Amino acid sequence: MNPSDHLTLDFTDIKTAADLYPQSRREFLKRLGGGIFIFVAVGDLVSAQEGSRPRGGPPGLPTDFNAFLRIGENGRVTCFTGKIEMGQGPITSLAQMLADELDTPLESVDMVMGDTDLCPYDMGTWGSMTTRFFGPPLRAAAAEARAVLLELAAEQFKVPQSQLVAKEGVIVDRQNQANRITYGQLAKGQKIVRHLEAKPTLKDPSQFTISGKSVLRRDAKDKVTGKARYAGDIRLPGMLYARILRPPAHGAKFKSVDAALAKEIPGVQVVQDGDLVAVLHELPDVADKALGKLEAEFEPSPLRTDDRNIYDHLLSVAPAGHMVAQGGDLEEGKKAAAKTFESTYFNSYVAHAPIETHTALATLEGDKMTIWASTQNPFGARDEAARAIGFSSQQVRVITPFVGGGFGGKGQNRQVVQAARLAKAAGKPVQVMWTREDEFFWDTFRPAAIVKISSGIDGSGKMVFWDYDVAYAGDRGSQHFYTIPHHRTTARGSDWNAPKNSHPFGTGAWRAPGNNTNTFARESQIDIMAAAAGIDPVEFRMSQMADARMTRVLKAAADRFGWAPAKGPSKRGYGVACGADAGTCVAAIAEVAVDGKKGTVQVKRVVCAQEMGQVVNPEGAKIQMEGCITMGMGYALTEEVHFKNGEVLDTNFDSYEIPRFSWVPQIETVILDIRDSPPQGGGEPAIILMGAVIANAIYDATGARLFQLPMTPERVKAAMQKA
Amino acid sequence: MPDIISFKLNDKPVRLKVDGDRPFLWVLRTDLALTGAKFGCGEGHCGACTVLVDNVATRSCLLKAKDVQNKEVTTIEGVDKDGKLHPVQKAFMEHDALQCGFCTPGMILTAVSLLRETAKPSREQIVRGMEQNFCRCGAHTRIIDAIQSAAAEMKGGR
Repeated sequence: MNPSDHLTLDFTDIKTAADLYPQSRREFLKRLGGGIFIFVAVGDLVSAQEGSRPRGGPPGLPTDFNAFLRIGENGRVTCFTGKIEMGQGPITSLAQMLADELDTPLESVDMVMGDTDLCPYDMGTWGSMTTRFFGPPLRAAAAEARAVLLELAAEQFKVPQSQLVAKEGVIVDRQNQANRITYGQLAKGQKIVRHLEAKPTLKDPSQFTISGKSVLRRDAKDKVTGKARYAGDIRLPGMLYARILRPPAHGAKFKSVDAALAKEIPGVQVVQDGDLVAVLHELPDVADKALGKLEAEFEPSPLRTDDRNIYDHLLSVAPAGHMVAQGGDLEEGKKAAAKTFESTYFNSYVAHAPIETHTALATLEGDKMTIWASTQNPFGARDEAARAIGFSSQQVRVITPFVGGGFGGKGQNRQVVQAARLAKAAGKPVQVMWTREDEFFWDTFRPAAIVKISSGIDGSGKMVFWDYDVAYAGDRGSQHFYTIPHHRTTARGSDWNAPKNSHPFGTGAWRAPGNNTNTFARESQIDIMAAAAGIDPVEFRMSQMADARMTRVLKAAADRFGWAPAKGPSKRGYGVACGADAGTCVAAIAEVAVDGKKGTVQVKRVVCAQEMGQVVNPEGAKIQMEGCITMGMGYALTEEVHFKNGEVLDTNFDSYEIPRFSWVPQIETVILDIRDSPPQGGGEPAIILMGAVIANAIYDATGARLFQLPMTPERVKAAMQKA
Repeated sequence: MPDIISFKLNDKPVRLKVDGDRPFLWVLRTDLALTGAKFGCGEGHCGACTVLVDNVATRSCLLKAKDVQNKEVTTIEGVDKDGKLHPVQKAFMEHDALQCGFCTPGMILTAVSLLRETAKPSREQIVRGMEQNFCRCGAHTRIIDAIQSAAAEMKGGR
């Protein structure tokens, strides 16, 4: 793209919220102007994630489609998608897929993302599903649009379609170069609406000219100049900024509030709507000040858990498990074992901690509420807000500007509901921007979890049984991929659906939910067995690998690292781990240095290899891997939410330490080039390895085995004393 | 009582009638409608709110309006001059040194300030200079590379 062009992730033709409540599909299309519209939803194209649809798309539009694009009279192609851009790059990669299939220049594609009145229903941007599941219907829509354009051109030139070639937004007659027409010219004066009923012929990946090539982020220029707008950057006339009264602890019931002192500040408005108490002011800092003047009373919290006793509590209330996988006969396996290993692995609660806190701006005009929100789930936010204020979903529109990081945490929309309630109560536009303290209180943390593994090897070092029980992390990534004749995997409680009395606060999906916990436990246990068998940990895995894709990525990582086999602990500080997530196989090897006195760990080098099917934007995929490796060091080494009796003790980045520049190792990524299989997930897989690969490297350096995440200096020192 | 605060903002003189004790970040974002400086933590830990005051990277969330009296303030909106991107901005684009972009304005301004102080920083000097700016997406390695290449491009210029 021409870097001088600013990309408009926006709603340029929409001036006020009232402009946009078409009552019917006809009105909706009228407002979009002329052009060619393609709606796609074909049985086998409809993705698995959309199985529970429809829950309502844009008003007046049919709800039976999951991709929608327009070719405008100016030749610009607009992709409407319920997916959102939070840094993971779909604003670029989806446009690439569309441009390729439509034979139009990438620069001609505009993205309208996460707008519930314009975009087809989407259940949320998470699970590394955008490319995997939204990609196919989008490509189908583009292929259909191309077919329509070819039909129109054939009519115009009165030549058979087979004589025509589409390239870079232009159709040319091969027999007569004078017959040349742009997509925009073809769309002129048209009002063609197509619903794709049959699966169109898609291009073979070998024909791609745009996908598979690295392109610069299309949103980069707006982001380096400060022009990119996030939910907190939207300004409306007369808007007020809210600060919300937060209980001192989870479980502490609101009793009463005396707002007299706050109200003495000129311009302060206090809203009390049940237990939602907020101060509003036209300046956010004055609202801050006023919040401090509220005199509130809460009941003491009845919660008695803290970050130490929580594991006993969780085990005592854990639900019954479900069988994830089993085979053979565990008793047989135990008989065949020469050595058995019983381990329990723990991980603490972890915060999402995006740099942009949860933010929303809500405005009520007539009987329609419009909300600009930092959300990974605009349609869910719309429905939640509507329920909270007694509106129908059609009366609420959620618009998602750029999102300043999500990592799973912005699938929860509490701030959207707060903004909607306050805007309704105040009768003015209200912005809710959580303070960092709010974020550490209302964020849904990655759940603390416990994994118990009992396993064994025979005299030759072959794994003979594997009994795996995970509580609270969920089953994602809990399955092993080794040749173990007798095995059982059980999962108790999923990552966010746990019995009510389990966690002292909200928990939820955190980048690759469940899999970080499961991969840490599994790959640590494998390492323990490799060391006990006296076999090199890469060799141990390779020789007992049941998955050919995993073998390839592990080999690729070992080759790039320059792995020289040695049994652990070799004192070199090398660790290995592999795993699968979102359809992608990934392996990493890390080198660490451990300061024995301080217990600190410096990760010096990480090599990561990944097989993710066909790659749409190789550079984008690489960036995601680097991001996973860097972010993953946090949950591995420092990130842990401290709490006591419902009170969250970490309230800002002073005590909750996220990865920084000085942590960053030399990172080398390898993406296996697989063109003939569909694209898989890329935003999450590599992060799952970071707990185990560092734990295994610490073991290799010191002989000390860590069983709890994060591996803080205290825990490292304690493990070294035991070793 | 409102104070009169006079300063230069992105090369233009500004006279503001505000309570001088107000946090400068909110004066920028609300009164002046410059939203490039972001709120991240409110306590000076993360650097998302960084602006340049007399060319030095400064946390605007800890700054009071009266602190910029008679100073020169540059925000991300004023880093590119006459439609021309600053070499650091260009390098961030070329190196894909960003993901969600929320920390990016603070990163760029901190880097600009760093390069003004140290024209040819070593990798270690960049790491030290950027250490107090947080990025949650994990763009760190690319940010370091971008700053190195911007330094080369600038050849010691400012």
